[in-house]
Amino acid sequence: MTRTEIVVVGGGPAGLAASLAASRSGAKVLLIERQAQLGGQLVKQTHRFFGSSAQSAGVRGITIARDLAGQAASMPEITVWTQTEALGYYAGGTLLAERPERVEIVQGARMVLCVGASERPLAFPNNDLPGVYGAGAVQTLMNVYGVLPGRRVVMVGAGNIGLIVSYQLLQAGVEVAAILEAAPQVGGYLVHAAKIARAGVPIMTSHSVVAAFGETELVGIRAARLGPDWRPVPGTGFDVDCDVLCLAVGLSPLVELARLVGCEVCYIPELGGYVPVHDDELETTVPGVYVAGDAAGVEEASSALIEGHLAGLAAAHGLYPQVDYEAHRGAALAELEALRAGPTGAKIRVGLSKMAQVKGGGRQ
Amino acid sequence: MRIKDHPILDFPPRREVAFTFEGRELIGYEGEPIAAALQAAGIRVLREMPGGRPRGFFCAIGNCSSCYVVVDGRPNVRSCIEPLREGMRVSRQIGHGELR
Amino acid sequence: MTRLDRLVASGVPDDEAVAAVLPSAERLAKGPVAVIECFQEIPCDPCAAACPRGAILPFGDIKDLPSIDHELCNGCANCVVKCPGLAIFVIDVSSGGDRVIIKMPYEYLPLPRRDQEVWGLDRSGKRVAKVKVLRVQRPAAFDRTALLTIEVPASEVHNVRGIAPPAGGDDR
Repeated sequence: MTRTEIVVVGGGPAGLAASLAASRSGAKVLLIERQAQLGGQLVKQTHRFFGSSAQSAGVRGITIARDLAGQAASMPEITVWTQTEALGYYAGGTLLAERPERVEIVQGARMVLCVGASERPLAFPNNDLPGVYGAGAVQTLMNVYGVLPGRRVVMVGAGNIGLIVSYQLLQAGVEVAAILEAAPQVGGYLVHAAKIARAGVPIMTSHSVVAAFGETELVGIRAARLGPDWRPVPGTGFDVDCDVLCLAVGLSPLVELARLVGCEVCYIPELGGYVPVHDDELETTVPGVYVAGDAAGVEEASSALIEGHLAGLAAAHGLYPQVDYEAHRGAALAELEALRAGPTGAKIRVGLSKMAQVKGGGRQ
Repeated sequence: MRIKDHPILDFPPRREVAFTFEGRELIGYEGEPIAAALQAAGIRVLREMPGGRPRGFFCAIGNCSSCYVVVDGRPNVRSCIEPLREGMRVSRQIGHGELR
Repeated sequence: MTRLDRLVASGVPDDEAVAAVLPSAERLAKGPVAVIECFQEIPCDPCAAACPRGAILPFGDIKDLPSIDHELCNGCANCVVKCPGLAIFVIDVSSGGDRVIIKMPYEYLPLPRRDQEVWGLDRSGKRVAKVKVLRVQRPAAFDRTALLTIEVPASEVHNVRGIAPPAGGDDR
């Protein structure tokens, strides 16, 4: 039995920020992470971050990951267990954690769930062929492990992930034959699209993949134009040779652990699907259990950093009341609001206002 | 195929280890996911589903179960997150695999 | 469709959008100056902090489009290598001749070599003219974004925004 004060599940930007905020408030923290290294999706982000200097704008994601992981390692109040997966949860705050050699039982007073999100699949014939990969997975292969995913890629999705991963494929020397975006417009930042367009990659809006081909592995796909009803227009199909089809069609929060713990979840499309009900202190419907980052609603790493910070502050404040808690919280909330302002934040604002209206949600 | 030069990233040299896949000797880097070592060797078909369809890498976060392989007789190993060790004997998982 | 609508559909800024962010002909004639091809309100402001002369004005709101005083700008290109969107270019048409200068960010390998002739690409990646690479700078301070100084035909200075992969360039 390992006793701690705050268990943080997930060592990506939200979990790292939560651990640092909680430990700086005086709490003992156990940070558990499924992978062998900390950093979550940050360890693959070779591009420079947007946002403001407070969220490390202009700094490459990989550098932010390294700095945060280094800070966590240097805090004696934070214990880090990598290659550790949360398996189960029992009433009273007992977590079952699977480590390489044994299963540990962890008892904490508070828990912060920062487990992130997963790629959504897309339905079309042969969508399960080896060679059809999530875009994040391709990014991990290339940027973390230095392995090329293939020679010629078709990317599905022109949101930020599709655009950024396409650029990173070019940087790795892989050909990107086309980007297919089902909507009539690019969904991600236009500067990302402009960068790809300059390199000669066609961004085909109102298009999608309708079938994949290959006996044991992917050798090509059929694409088609979509009509106003989002269905393929007959006669517009054309084939593209490729050995990788990258799916970047959205992320959904991972809610299994939250459900196991007994948190109420609700379905909010603008946040990515099912998401744990939480209040603006990021506390779920289970007292003492918080959620932050993509697990609380799919957004950006910059937001995950601030949400993690807020959740860590809130979790620790319950154990070690901080005199400047409200001021500290207010400053972080203002940063989040600034990030979410403007036209590109419209979707997340709709999602969050729906969350605020959920009956019986959190500690309204 | 492995990336040799990258405009942003440095890939420092890592310890090479020998392992086998379907009896064939391969080299990979210690600690990298088994699926990455196989991908580098051009191997993308990792399992055969009940019913016969080939499957491989997909999510890379240990979530989707598409990448299960058998390691040293142990089935249901998530090759996308399981670190490669020297001497591992890896094979495709056929169907549900066999528990020891 | 408004200018931003067209841009949103394709991701490629059209001539009208670009014209709106160009310095005056008078300023262009005086010497190197930055052109910020940023057309969408996103939360992002490092360009202002990157400018040592305060030519890129401090942001009132983080989602504002950047505002640049071209008279204060001297084309030093600090902002070019700092912009997360790689959306800033420095152009210098002050020579008044047939060949003029563009400085652009570059994050691919191989890097082109000094004096190498490569294809200049427009915003859609189409080859528009052969250009000459005058200088390749990639100091540690640029955090892995190289700054290329290229010489282009004057008629294409508002079109060339990329180069095709150079044959046999430098691998580092």
